Amino acid sequence: MNLNRKNRSIIAFLLLGVCVFLFFILNICIGSVRIALPDVARSFSGRESSETAVRILWDIRLPRAIAVLILGGALSLAGYLLQTFFNNPIAGPFVLGISSGAKMVVALVMVFLMGKGIKVISAAMIFAAFIGALLSMGFVLLMSRKIHNMSMLVVSGVMIGYICSAVTELVVTFANDADIVNLHNWSRGSFSGMTWENVKVMTIVVFVVFFAVFLMSKPLSAYQLGDAYARNVGVDLQLLRVCIVMFSSILSACVVAFAGPISFVGIAVPHLVKKLLNEAEPIRMIPACFVGGSAFCLFCDLLAKTMLAPTELSISTVTAIFGAPVVLWIIKRKENLRR
Amino acid sequence: MKNYYFSTKKMCVGYDNKPLIKDMEIVLPRGEVLCLIGPNGAGKSTVLKSIARQLALLGGTVYLGEDDLSEMKADELAKRMSVVFTEKVKAELKSCRDMVATGRYPYTGWFGILSEEDERIVSEVMELTHITDISEKDFDRISDGQKQRVMLTRAICQEPEIVILDEPTSYLDIKYKLEFLSLLQEMREKRGLTVIMSLHELELAKIVSDKILCLKGEYVERYGTPEEIFESDFIARLFDLNEKNFAGNKKLLAYMKQIGTY
Repeated sequence: MNLNRKNRSIIAFLLLGVCVFLFFILNICIGSVRIALPDVARSFSGRESSETAVRILWDIRLPRAIAVLILGGALSLAGYLLQTFFNNPIAGPFVLGISSGAKMVVALVMVFLMGKGIKVISAAMIFAAFIGALLSMGFVLLMSRKIHNMSMLVVSGVMIGYICSAVTELVVTFANDADIVNLHNWSRGSFSGMTWENVKVMTIVVFVVFFAVFLMSKPLSAYQLGDAYARNVGVDLQLLRVCIVMFSSILSACVVAFAGPISFVGIAVPHLVKKLLNEAEPIRMIPACFVGGSAFCLFCDLLAKTMLAPTELSISTVTAIFGAPVVLWIIKRKENLRR
Repeated sequence: MKNYYFSTKKMCVGYDNKPLIKDMEIVLPRGEVLCLIGPNGAGKSTVLKSIARQLALLGGTVYLGEDDLSEMKADELAKRMSVVFTEKVKAELKSCRDMVATGRYPYTGWFGILSEEDERIVSEVMELTHITDISEKDFDRISDGQKQRVMLTRAICQEPEIVILDEPTSYLDIKYKLEFLSLLQEMREKRGLTVIMSLHELELAKIVSDKILCLKGEYVERYGTPEEIFESDFIARLFDLNEKNFAGNKKLLAYMKQIGTY
């Protein structure tokens, strides 16, 4: 690695790190009740602070900010894996219908179990979402065997997404009144209402998968060259493909189970990060995508909370505003390259 | 068997269980060049892909030395055989040097980080193939001919005992064609590199090959030295060159005869 590139990646990682830190602090300070930084510091050290401030910080803001950090990273990484897998710059858990599939199964399970008065634990939610993600992914994979045109594949993914969302809407409409509010918010995507128990489970799941993906960075870099060369240098393509599908599904599922479907993060962030690094080597892209996703989602959640306070926007509204233009830019640039 | 580095026994190749070419028997000593020639669609690429274990064999065995290719571990094979195929290579934000360095994959550790030794080999090979000047250029933005040279360099960088090349000269201009062939010559003399490739240019095939394999139809049409292949009107028959088709055009006729009989 030459010096230029080394410096560039150091600067990129520093920049992303600073963004995460900054937005994290802002997320903790800003909300419907504004808490100044000194007060935050004081309430964490447990000295002379109001009970309410402590409760707000500890029970609401901190778990939420940590959840955004972890789930944002997971979503971005899932997008990166899918883009690598399909060799398609606009692939992502949302456009391929994977998020919606996960959402559908989770909604079905929740409504069914809630109707019987059973409380659903985090791990079970993730599992339900994982099943849903795999269902959609399986369908997309089947389609990808028949359809070799990448844009058509994305369109079929979007259609799967619509079908799953329609089913979810149907289920939500018929759910009990008491459950509807929660379910409705969740099915549109929101980081609100995170508990410490949620945070614990998602941290474990996401970090285990993150390290597994990081360990795959060498075969992933060979995979980028195309099947023939990857096979020639000794990559077990079948195993690698199964791993990519599994890991991206788990990551998407984890996000959906806790925060519902969130659009565009999975597409936009890996591209912005790639631009920032000016390279596509997985060994640096994987951690950079994760940190970039965290920063992006913390930023968007901040806006979702504050723009129309006290009403909260759905997180997808905000991510779409910033993410969708990136997608348009990618498409335009790809056309330019072709010419 | 012992005298040959590369050999096949009753090799049968094809797609989807439909055999295209059957009962191929090839033997090649270490350091020799084998060229595959034949009309379009005769199955040259299919044979190369099967030899490189990209396509499953439909029957028979391929040996490297005494080792059965199908039983070799993937990483072991990667250290012994490298390939250059005709498919477009995708390389986002990779410099030419990065691309060449991907050839070191079988030698690097778990995370694929290049050692100083690896870097030295990359530089050395790039000098050998005269692409040092485009080293830092974006691989996506160089010409097809330059890409081909980079991919060849990459294949050599993998330090194989045998390389499989599918039409390696197709995008090269005459200078680089000749340079490439002299490079192959050098590699086989210095490192005993064995080469199996397909070529469209019969004139080149005649000069560089030790053995030529002619493909047409279900079985190997002919296998032998260039002298054996380029004799009488065999080439004309191989490519179905028929004098009557060109009867009106004297220049073409003369050219055709020149190729057909040599």
